[in-house]
Amino acid sequence: MTLMKKTATELQTLLHNREVSVKEVTEDSFKQIKALDDKVQAFLTLTEEDALARAEQLDNEPLENRGSLFGLPIGIKDNIITKGITTTCASKMLENFVPVYDAAVVEKVHEAGMISVGKLNMDEFAMGSTTERSAFQTTHNPWKLDRVPGGSSGGSAAAVAAGEVLFSLGTDTGGSVRQPAAFCGIVGMKPTYGRISRYGLVAFASSLDQIGPLTRTVEDNAMLLSAIAGVDHRDSSSSSKEIPNLIAGLTGDIKGLRIAVPKEYMGEGVAQDVKESVQAALTVLESLGATWDEVSLPHSHYASPTYYAIATAEASSNLARFDGIRYGYHPENAKNLNEIYLRARAEGFGTEVKKRILYGTYALSADHHEDLYVKAMKVRTLIAQDFASVFENYDIIVGPTSATTAYEIGGVVRDSLTLYTNDILTVPVNLAGIPAISIPCGFSDGLPIGLQMIGKHFDEATLYRVAHAFEQATEHHKRTPSIGEGQE
Amino acid sequence: MNFETIVGLEVHVELKTDTKIFSPAPAHFGAEPNMNIHVTDLAYPGTLPTLNKRAVEFGMKASMALNCDVAREMNFDRKHYFYPDNPKAYQISQDDRPVGSNGWIEIEVEGKKKKIRIERVHLEEDAGKLTHSDNGYSLVDLNRQGTPLIEIVTEADIRSPEEAYAFLEKLKAIIQYTGVSDVRMEEGSLRCDANISLRPYGQEEFGTKTELKNLNSFNFVRRGIANEVERQEKVLLSGGEIVQETRRYDETTGQTVLMRIKGSANDYRFINDPDLSEIHIDQEWIDRVRAEIPELPDARKARYVQELDLPEYDAHVLTLTKEMSDFFDATVTAGADAKLASNWLMGEVSAYLNAEQKELHDTALTPEGLASMVKLISDGTISSKIAKKVFKELIENGGNAADIVKAKGLVQISDEGTLRTIVSDILNANEQSIEDFKNGKDRAVGFLVGQVMKATKGQANPPLVNKILLEEINKR
Amino acid sequence: MNKFTEEDVRYFANFARIAISDQDAAQFSELISELVGFGDVLNEVDTEGVKPMTHPLQLYNVLRVDVPQDVLDREEMLAGVEEHEDGMIKVPNIL
Ligand SMILES: [Mg+2]
Ligand SMILES: [Zn+2]
Repeated sequence: MTLMKKTATELQTLLHNREVSVKEVTEDSFKQIKALDDKVQAFLTLTEEDALARAEQLDNEPLENRGSLFGLPIGIKDNIITKGITTTCASKMLENFVPVYDAAVVEKVHEAGMISVGKLNMDEFAMGSTTERSAFQTTHNPWKLDRVPGGSSGGSAAAVAAGEVLFSLGTDTGGSVRQPAAFCGIVGMKPTYGRISRYGLVAFASSLDQIGPLTRTVEDNAMLLSAIAGVDHRDSSSSSKEIPNLIAGLTGDIKGLRIAVPKEYMGEGVAQDVKESVQAALTVLESLGATWDEVSLPHSHYASPTYYAIATAEASSNLARFDGIRYGYHPENAKNLNEIYLRARAEGFGTEVKKRILYGTYALSADHHEDLYVKAMKVRTLIAQDFASVFENYDIIVGPTSATTAYEIGGVVRDSLTLYTNDILTVPVNLAGIPAISIPCGFSDGLPIGLQMIGKHFDEATLYRVAHAFEQATEHHKRTPSIGEGQE
Repeated sequence: MNFETIVGLEVHVELKTDTKIFSPAPAHFGAEPNMNIHVTDLAYPGTLPTLNKRAVEFGMKASMALNCDVAREMNFDRKHYFYPDNPKAYQISQDDRPVGSNGWIEIEVEGKKKKIRIERVHLEEDAGKLTHSDNGYSLVDLNRQGTPLIEIVTEADIRSPEEAYAFLEKLKAIIQYTGVSDVRMEEGSLRCDANISLRPYGQEEFGTKTELKNLNSFNFVRRGIANEVERQEKVLLSGGEIVQETRRYDETTGQTVLMRIKGSANDYRFINDPDLSEIHIDQEWIDRVRAEIPELPDARKARYVQELDLPEYDAHVLTLTKEMSDFFDATVTAGADAKLASNWLMGEVSAYLNAEQKELHDTALTPEGLASMVKLISDGTISSKIAKKVFKELIENGGNAADIVKAKGLVQISDEGTLRTIVSDILNANEQSIEDFKNGKDRAVGFLVGQVMKATKGQANPPLVNKILLEEINKR
Repeated sequence: MNKFTEEDVRYFANFARIAISDQDAAQFSELISELVGFGDVLNEVDTEGVKPMTHPLQLYNVLRVDVPQDVLDREEMLAGVEEHEDGMIKVPNIL
């Protein structure tokens, strides 16, 4: 059986007992990728040579110098900057872009002794929720290859779910870690805004973006977050708030936990199978000593238009730098500078990206700045206040991560507004800047269902504690997709 | 019809920090192209701005020196436009919450004092530098990208080219005193644009304005405005209309030239920069920064007039630069007579600096050196003629006047007996001049004094020679 | 009726420096009209006296000390640039 279905702790024991070497773990990851990724299509770039060389080097490291993530393989979403390794954002704009520096999180995973095996597919510039909007390939859901893995961190979720890597990094601007984690039946954490440095994350919407870990187990997830969290002087929005010991809290004890279930999260739009799974999950949590009440987050219905105004406004600004001059796609035979600008951006960006830039440009224009952009920022305040008042009386908020299970690839049911409406479950969390985790809570027709838990600012510890207790009380996390089976 | 000139200025001043405002790359003038850059200056994907604390404090300091209210809460905004010298395609600036607002400075033109109001002082980043070549290409150097700037915007209070000149001179002096900038127009650390319009006297509303750019010296500002006023006057008097446009001052022809017509309004799509935190400025911070501001030109001027009895004119000239004013203060502290010290600094010293294209710190002259010389003049040890020789030595090689005088034997002859002997000899040899004097030809005395000075190699004390000469002539 | 006309598409695309074909204009007019209609819903919300939320975390005075570091190597920078000359990035004139 592949080592990629083990947990970090299990692998660490094997490494410590010299039953496997770092090199063997790394080779196993590449063996899995080679066997599966033709079907899954999670990776855009593989760095096998570098990874194996590093693995050999790490094998010489004395045992006492090794941390809990030492020698373990990780895949990195392709909007996170990696020095010397092509970083495309799944866009033609950056098809050949080879960065000169490493993102802060990449430095941190290297410091932890992890081995980066490659770069993962995504929706172009993280704009989308299916990974179909990659300029290069469509990633397939390991549970059913005709389904999407979710997005925009679809490659990150699919690679972990398929057992190609143990860990991956995704990014979450409006649900882009949690929703693919739900679709792929794994654990995905969107930490508190400011918990992790954004330095080296190619910005989509600066006030919403946050990097997050994707793993198969809650403990693995908490380990990775512990490794990459913390203040960074290069990111003024990163927080110096102390990071508690996230592993020590994984006791299984959640007695007295007060759970709020927003009625807006369990409304008409949510599929019956999803609702039933979430309700069953609440029963499990009750059996562990928690209590729950229905609450209301009255401004939830405005979260989606609020999100689109703010995210696209910021995106129109952040993506202005891609002008074909200093890096990135450069159109052939342009006659003058203006033509370089116009063609680089027309030919380098895909339709979804251009649509959002245009709407964001409109939202910031003098005539609409006040009634759209500033208005949305005011509604954002109200959405954040909704959460704050619920958290006066409750420890966490629970609901589904997504209204449905994974969609069919190329499916026609999804006009863009349906997708936007689905955002109601995930985008309020980004607007408020609070943490949320998605963990598997059931299956329907062979497809995983995700349970979302939302916490107070900087209270990832409680989310991990509850998620871990739930995980240990259920069997969902033990199921793996059959695509990964038979790889001895 | 007679028109009133209405001018408002927008002045950009580069702040003298060690690093850029939003990146830790060095911010120094004169490096090789693209050697002072950081990934953030290049707008590399994934990079983020980090705010330089000193740049903020320099902005506060300049605002205080310009009598502005300092913001208690402020933030930075992105201002969007595409241009090759602007890598992010937005400039980080301050839109609605500038660091300084509602300030003023006082100017004086032809003896009349007047306050020019300052609407705002905001912090922002400079753009890179474009060099245009003639083969259809431009070259981009990003060394200057991200250099901290303050933009100072006046109200439309300026009414003549002379007032504009006086404003800039005063602004330059104040900023330079605070130490936040070199304010050198020739190096681009001070840049000025002028908004110019005319209106018939008595009319309340402003006319259409034009914006004048490329004003590369204070004199060009004065001439450029004068020329633009003339041009607008001609257009209006011939029944034409002023078009809102940007014009450039051509130094060779002395004319303003059309650059571009301001099309449909620019839409800069301002957005609060989410990558930077808000800045809250409390009283303690304000007090701390205020305490670092030295005595400013107006205060020094008043002190020179009231405490040192200097004429207004001297006080004005001495306080134009901090270096000169500091030098003057130190010279007086070292014991020099204030008026004599002022005369020398405004006269010989300034003439020397102009001729040699130097600044005070480039010379060997020290305040102690100048004071030692002024003291020797005051007590009659040397004549002002000898002092010129001593001065040359002091400014070129430094040292102390007394030592120079001793070493070169330049001491003034003030001994009456010695001088009377020399005078007698000269009179004996020039009977005709005595005759001429007695016949009413006054200039004969001048000739005789000259002869005495010649005989003493210029070291005779001139008033004493005069006195003895007249006494001796009258005896004959 | 499209709320975001083809003319709007071209007007805003000009600010965003994106070339727009006739086909693009039609497509984006439709797509963005949906978003504009969607955004209109915000008018229902009473935001009287509500402060806009510009940052999810209220951090103040995050400042850097004025000490140079991390200068980018020019050759490394130019390696990714399409055209350069004398250490500078070469761009054609605007028009
Ligand atoms: Mg603002
Ligand atoms: Zn400016």
